[in-house]
Amino acid sequence: MIETDWIWGLVGGLMIGSAAAIYLLGNGRIMGASGIIGGLVDRSGLSTWAERAAFLAALVVVPALMLPLYSVQVTTNITSNLAIVIIGGVLVGIGTRLANGCTSGHGVCGISRFSLRGIVATVFYLLAGGLTVVLFRHLLGVI
Amino acid sequence: MQRIVIAALSGGLFGAGLLVSGMTDTNKVQGWLDVFGAWDPTLAFVLGGAILPMMVAWHMTTKRAQSLAGTPFPGKPDPRLGHNLVLGSVLFGAGWGLVGLCPGPAIASLSWGGTGGIVFILAMIAGMIVAQPIRLRIDRLAAI
Repeated sequence: MIETDWIWGLVGGLMIGSAAAIYLLGNGRIMGASGIIGGLVDRSGLSTWAERAAFLAALVVVPALMLPLYSVQVTTNITSNLAIVIIGGVLVGIGTRLANGCTSGHGVCGISRFSLRGIVATVFYLLAGGLTVVLFRHLLGVI
Repeated sequence: MQRIVIAALSGGLFGAGLLVSGMTDTNKVQGWLDVFGAWDPTLAFVLGGAILPMMVAWHMTTKRAQSLAGTPFPGKPDPRLGHNLVLGSVLFGAGWGLVGLCPGPAIASLSWGGTGGIVFILAMIAGMIVAQPIRLRIDRLAAI
């Protein structure tokens, strides 16, 4: 880790938490990325579609506008193996809808109010993520 | 209108925070999950930093009757865990580990994520669509 990375992590984290606080205190809703997308995908959240669409549009546009601030090329470093990308994407889609939340909803919004569901979900997705990286990177060498 | 402006403010700040924190970089996410490799602790600072303002926000909801938009605050967290929470989180964690993206950063990096980023989002949406029939089947099996 480059020495300043943890500071940027903390600053970015405070911004993420503040965004969730705005959503909660402003609109009375839990800022969960998978729930905001999923409610549009399965039509369960169509009554609040405008709020969801505005959130997602800003989520794409604001970081895009920030890219010129970086002197280096910003990249996701995503794997070029499309089979892995597709399998991973499908698993994230199924998993977050079954569990009713992802890192933002269960992790940030759930743990901060000591929700047992949020804590249990976070423990299981961290364990599964860690095991997956160990298995597919160190044992199988595919990621 | 007010709700839409608040949602855009929140989404924009969320996206900015994801970029600044490094969460849109799959190397940093997989580096955090890779406890047996070159472990990268950044994500702990991100999660810790994000929880702090939300603890204050949850406390503030107890002092107010409703949100700024006039909507009620979420009810108490559901104490029931259930098989879907555990199974879903395991599947989500596996996909997160494989690629290094979760839903928020996947959307935030849409403009620079390239083909791989777009394919990931489409696959995630497909997963969300098939999650409903899968959930029904699991619930039916669990009821036996």
